[in-house]
Amino acid sequence: MAVVFEKTKALTDATLSYCPGCTHGIIHRLVAESIDELGVMEKSIGVAPVGCAVFAYDFFNIDMQQAAHGRAPAVATGIKRVHPNNVVFTYQGDGDLASIGMAEIVHAAARGEKITTIFVNNAIYGMTGGQMAPTTLVGQVTTTSPYGRNPELCGMPVRMAEMLGGLAGAAYVARVSVHNVRAVNEAKRAIKKAFELQIAGKGFTMVEVLSTCPTNWGMNPVEALGWVESNMIPYYPLGVFKDVSKDAVLASKDVSAKEAN
Amino acid sequence: MAKLLMKGNEAIAEAAIRAGCRYFFGYPITPQNQIPEYMSKRMPQVGGTFLQAESEVAAINMVYGAAGAGARVMTSSSGPGISLKQEGITYIVGAELPCVIVNIMRGGPGLGSIQPSQSDYFQATRGGGHGDYNMPVLAPASVAEAAELTAKAFDLADKYRTPVLVLGDGMIGQMMEPVDMPEAFPQTVPEKPWATVGWSDKSARPRAVVNSLYIDPKVLEQHNIRLQEKYVKIAAEQVQVATELTDDAEIVLVAYGTMSRIARSAVRAARAEGIKVGLIRPITLWPFPSDTIRQAAKTAERFLVIEMSAGQMIEDVKLALNGARPVGFYGRMGGMVPSVDEVLSEIRKTARKGE
Repeated sequence: MAVVFEKTKALTDATLSYCPGCTHGIIHRLVAESIDELGVMEKSIGVAPVGCAVFAYDFFNIDMQQAAHGRAPAVATGIKRVHPNNVVFTYQGDGDLASIGMAEIVHAAARGEKITTIFVNNAIYGMTGGQMAPTTLVGQVTTTSPYGRNPELCGMPVRMAEMLGGLAGAAYVARVSVHNVRAVNEAKRAIKKAFELQIAGKGFTMVEVLSTCPTNWGMNPVEALGWVESNMIPYYPLGVFKDVSKDAVLASKDVSAKEAN
Repeated sequence: MAKLLMKGNEAIAEAAIRAGCRYFFGYPITPQNQIPEYMSKRMPQVGGTFLQAESEVAAINMVYGAAGAGARVMTSSSGPGISLKQEGITYIVGAELPCVIVNIMRGGPGLGSIQPSQSDYFQATRGGGHGDYNMPVLAPASVAEAAELTAKAFDLADKYRTPVLVLGDGMIGQMMEPVDMPEAFPQTVPEKPWATVGWSDKSARPRAVVNSLYIDPKVLEQHNIRLQEKYVKIAAEQVQVATELTDDAEIVLVAYGTMSRIARSAVRAARAEGIKVGLIRPITLWPFPSDTIRQAAKTAERFLVIEMSAGQMIEDVKLALNGARPVGFYGRMGGMVPSVDEVLSEIRKTARKGE
C-alpha cells in the first residue's frame, strides 16, 4: 500500500492540550514540518512559553526548555550562545511576547540573535481565561475589558511584526494567518524561510501567526476563523516586514545599477 | 602559582574563568561593575561569551538557557539587581540547573546606597524567590577567599544541580589584596544527560526537557520532596566555618564576610584586655554552621552577633542555640561599617553582663 501521508517526526504522539477549534495545533504542525523538511530535527532546541503553549515541550519531539513568562527570547539567547550551530526557536503567545516579555523580544531582535520566534497572536490571554492582551482589538470584550477595549484607557493594540521589522538586527519578520488553506500554505512558507535564514546565520527571525481562541472569544471554530479574516487581518495586515534575503538582492541590483551608470 | 594583586570583583571573575566558566550574562550595577567589565575583556581571550543583557531579568534567564544547555555559566549583581533576578533563580532551582550567582551587597532597601552592607542575608539564605527552596550561600572574607569560593561554587552547582550564591559585600568587591591564583582550579564536571544539546530518537538518552512545571500536585509534591532531600544532603556535606579562640571563650562573636575581619581585630584587642572571647565565622551561610554554634555553647556563656544589617544572621544563631544562651547584637546599616572600637566596646559591655 502506498504511503500518501505521514505524521511529521518532529511532533510526539502526545494528545494536544488545546481547545477544539484552536489553531495552535496547525501552527505546531507547520513548525514541526519545517524542522523535519530542513533535516534539522536532531539539532533543534525549542523554548516553550507561559500560556496555552506551555506544554509545547510535550508536543515537539526535540530537546526543549520551558521559560518564565515572557523570557523565552532570553532563554533562547543563552542556549544559542552555548550551541551556535543548533537551531533554536521560541514559541510564544501575545501576552507572553507583547506584554510581559516585550523587553526580551525587542532586545533579542536588536542584538540580531540568531533564533526564530513563532509568535502566536490570538488577541487575548487564553490560558488564564480570556483577559485583555496588548493585542486585543479596540472594542473587543474580554474578562478584563468587559465594556470592550477602550483606547482612551488602554491605548491601541500593539503591532509587533511592524515594530520588530524596523530593527536592524531582524533578518526576517513576517505576519501570516492560518484561517484558510491558502493562508496555512503561506504560513508554512514563512516559517520554513525563517528557519532557513536562522540556519544561514542571517540574524533574528520572527513569524507572527494570527490565531483563533474560540473558547475565550465565545465563538464556534468556524466563526472564529471568520473573525480572524474580518476583524484581525484589517488591523494586523499580513505580509513580510523585513527580509534581508530580498534586501540583499535589492542591494546588489543597486550596485549593478550604479555600475551601469 | 603566581601571586596577583587584585580587586575582589576581578578575582571573582578570573577565578570563574579558571574554574571553567565560559559564559557570563550580566548588567551594570555598582559595586560589582568590575565583574562584567573584566569578563567583557577576558571571555573573548579564552573563547568564552560575555553578553551585557538588557536587564537583570534577561541576564538570569540567559543563564537559565545556557545552564540548561549544559554550560558552566554565571551572572553577578548587587541587591536591586539580585531582587530582579529572583524570578529566574526560582525557575533555575525548579528546573535543577547548575549556575553561579554573585551578589556584591550594597545598602538597601530600595535604591539604598552603593556602600558595603550585609542586608541581603535573609534574601540569600531563605531562598529569595517564590517556592520552598534553599541554595548554597558562600561568604568570602578576603579577596583570596572570594576567588577560592567562586571556583568552588561551580563544583557545588554541578554536583547538586543547584544555583550557588557567592555573597560578598562592597568592601570585598572593591578592595585589593594579593591572591594566589592557580592556572586552573580543580574542576569536577559531571555528565549532563539532562542538558538540551539536540536529540534524535537514536540517542541513548531520553529527550531533554528543562522545566519547572509539574501541573499534577502529587507529582509537584514528589519533586519538592526530592528537592528537600537534596537540601538535607547539602546541609550534611557542605557546611564550612572558621573558628578562632573559641576553645576557652566565655563570649563568642559570630560574624561573616568583611564584618568577621573587624570582629577578629576586636577579639584580639579584647583578649589583650583579658576578656575570654572567640570568633565563629560562617563561610557557608546556608547551610548554616549550627553545630559549631552549639559546640561553642559548651564553654561560652554569651554570644554576640555582629553584622552590617539590622540583625539578620542573628536569627540563625538563635535558632541554633534554641534559647540555651543569650545572644546580643551589634550592627550598623545603610552602608555604615562598624569600627573595631565599636565592636570592642560591645564586647566589653557583654563581658560586664557576665560579671
